[in-house]
Amino acid sequence: MFEIVERQEMAQGTIISNWIKAPKIAAKAKPGQFVILRANETGERIPLTMADTDPAKGLINIIYMVVGKSTALFKTLQVGQGYLDVIGPLGQPTHLEKVGKVICVGGGTGIAVLHPITRGLKQMGNYVYSVIGARSKDLLILEDKMKAASDEVMICTDDGTYGHKGFVTDKLKETLERDKDIKLAVCIGPVPMMKFCAKVTQEYGVHTLVSLNPIMVDGTGMCGCCRVTVGGKMQFACVDGPEFDGHQVDWAELDLRLRSYTAEEKVSFDQFKAAHAPGCSCSR
Amino acid sequence: MTEEVKAPKKEKIPRQPMPEQEPHVRARNFEEVPYGYTPELAMKEAERCIQCKDPRCKQGCPVEIDIPGFIKLIKEGDFEGSIRLLWEKNSLPAVCGRVCPQEVQCEGLCIIGKKDDPVAIGNLERFAADYQREKGKQILPPKAEPTGKKVAVVGAGPAGLTVAGDLVLKGHDITIFEALHGPGGVLLYGIPEFRLPKAIVAQECNYLERLGVKIEVNAVIGRSETVDELLERFDAVFLGVGAGLPVFLKIPGEHYIGVYSANEYLTRANLMKAYDFPNYDTPIVKGKKVATFGGGNVAMDGARTALRLGAEKSYIIYRRSHAELPARSAEIHHAEEEGVEFLLLTNPLKFLGDDDGRLTAVECLRQELGEPDASGRRRPVPIPGSEFVVEIDTAVISIGSGSNPLLTKSTPGLSLNKWGYIVADPKTGKTMKPRVWAGGDIVTGSATVILAMGAGRLASNSIHDFLTYGW
Repeated sequence: MFEIVERQEMAQGTIISNWIKAPKIAAKAKPGQFVILRANETGERIPLTMADTDPAKGLINIIYMVVGKSTALFKTLQVGQGYLDVIGPLGQPTHLEKVGKVICVGGGTGIAVLHPITRGLKQMGNYVYSVIGARSKDLLILEDKMKAASDEVMICTDDGTYGHKGFVTDKLKETLERDKDIKLAVCIGPVPMMKFCAKVTQEYGVHTLVSLNPIMVDGTGMCGCCRVTVGGKMQFACVDGPEFDGHQVDWAELDLRLRSYTAEEKVSFDQFKAAHAPGCSCSR
Repeated sequence: MTEEVKAPKKEKIPRQPMPEQEPHVRARNFEEVPYGYTPELAMKEAERCIQCKDPRCKQGCPVEIDIPGFIKLIKEGDFEGSIRLLWEKNSLPAVCGRVCPQEVQCEGLCIIGKKDDPVAIGNLERFAADYQREKGKQILPPKAEPTGKKVAVVGAGPAGLTVAGDLVLKGHDITIFEALHGPGGVLLYGIPEFRLPKAIVAQECNYLERLGVKIEVNAVIGRSETVDELLERFDAVFLGVGAGLPVFLKIPGEHYIGVYSANEYLTRANLMKAYDFPNYDTPIVKGKKVATFGGGNVAMDGARTALRLGAEKSYIIYRRSHAELPARSAEIHHAEEEGVEFLLLTNPLKFLGDDDGRLTAVECLRQELGEPDASGRRRPVPIPGSEFVVEIDTAVISIGSGSNPLLTKSTPGLSLNKWGYIVADPKTGKTMKPRVWAGGDIVTGSATVILAMGAGRLASNSIHDFLTYGW
């Protein structure tokens, strides 16, 4: 078992952070890489990009949003409990180098994935602009950490409860407009956000990295489930990615494939919710 | 009054069939198809072996099992003796008895087979292993004194398990590293439950653990640790990671929901037990009309799995004719019995889908057999204008696999051939990298379980020589 040593609920309990004991993975992991987790014997293999590591303590950090049965099951795991399987580090690490000025854009739990990359780029000596966003103030995560890892941070909320009212693309565009020296954009978040960020950066000719999250099974390049079309070529996100050139990704295809099991996921989640509903089960 | 009668001429015993589930019943469940021999049936079948002085069957076995020997013990009712004898050469007899292509190996060479059906060697091997597992005591073969030498085996598939089983008996300290969350490799994720129950795979692995083999799952060598790092801790390393890269048809529409590589389809169904969704969390598209592309054993597994997942139609779409199907005849026969339809001399052109991205059909072209090609097989030639559409909601692409670069790319000093497979001496499994051996599909490309085990056997002999004598 891979024990959870620290657990935190964020964004009103919709987002969970776990620090997990996995010394071998912690020793090797680099920003941009992911792990696959399975809660129990009947569980799915869920890929999650690591939000942080602490090699000295042998810990890795994952931050996930509760969106279905598997993540709801993860949420039930408390400190002292843990995951049956954690596999990694998987995927290619982010290529971190000094390019001058960079802009890091994150939305939702994408900020968790973006943070170690932002920190890495800053440590390399880049000037780092960051734009982070959420639907609402209460749902925004890792603001302090992103501030520590950036030179300038801009905040956006869809409902205007905090920072700029609007999408991260607004601030991205504004920044690219005022600073023509930006050489690299890293955009991580929901598919529509990454797609529109890539559209904006393409107008300005700024190289753009995105981190893709297609459905996976083994995570070692064996099954081809995570195939994405990048630059007209079939790529496997688990071994060739998860980061790709955002201007080359076939977003429509990724979006379709992410919806492969919508119906099944609902069946599974409904069953889970019924079994975990508060109150006495015999009354149902 | 006693009447003297001549002993009647010994009656010829026909090959004893294994009782099995009815085709229409089994096509809808995941339970194993044949039930196996009873002790009576096994002893009767064993009587058919004439105990050749120079047995040809043994020459056909890649791991050189003493076939007449173990059969004689079954005939005598010494079932424990028979499994002990099998274990001397084969650490996975319950697996081999089920999945080896005996018809082209031991049984293909059996002398009885010249005039009659050959002795059912595979069925008998399976019986000996099953009987021991179900009824026998927890016995173990004798083990040599510890040598103090440590060997890392990368990949817990047929090749790696064989190497581990061989070397642990010779007193070496063995650790297997497996990338998935359970050991078995293709035995676990690939071969379906109805052909090889996963409980049996688990028990064969458990047998190795009882012998002292350590199995570390969730260890993706090449990522979590490199081969060079293993070489710092171990005296020798064996690479048996399998081929492990899916091959797609490279036709339009392969991104549609419902299009699977055979690796994915079978991994979901077998390893993740998606057939038992939602009791297990991993889903699979339970198609009503499924087409499996390819004609090998894996394709038969795909088509038969589709039936068990509830398909009303399960097609095999293959570009050559029935005679060229590369699958074992027994597998083809089982598939046909269960109602799999074969669309032969058919080449897929493109997949069609709806606005939600779901697969709806495949457009194909009919072909006819032309002149023989380089392989000596008649080349299929497209018939112009013969396009037709088959309505399907699930496609399983089973046209072979390539070499997965995850480990090989992270291991400097290995020599790879042009297809990315590891170059290894065919007699010893030695690679170009010192203290590293390799065998199985990552050397030969996609082959069979028993060939991988044969390669494991050669490598384990060579590793033992190296650890003992230094060469």
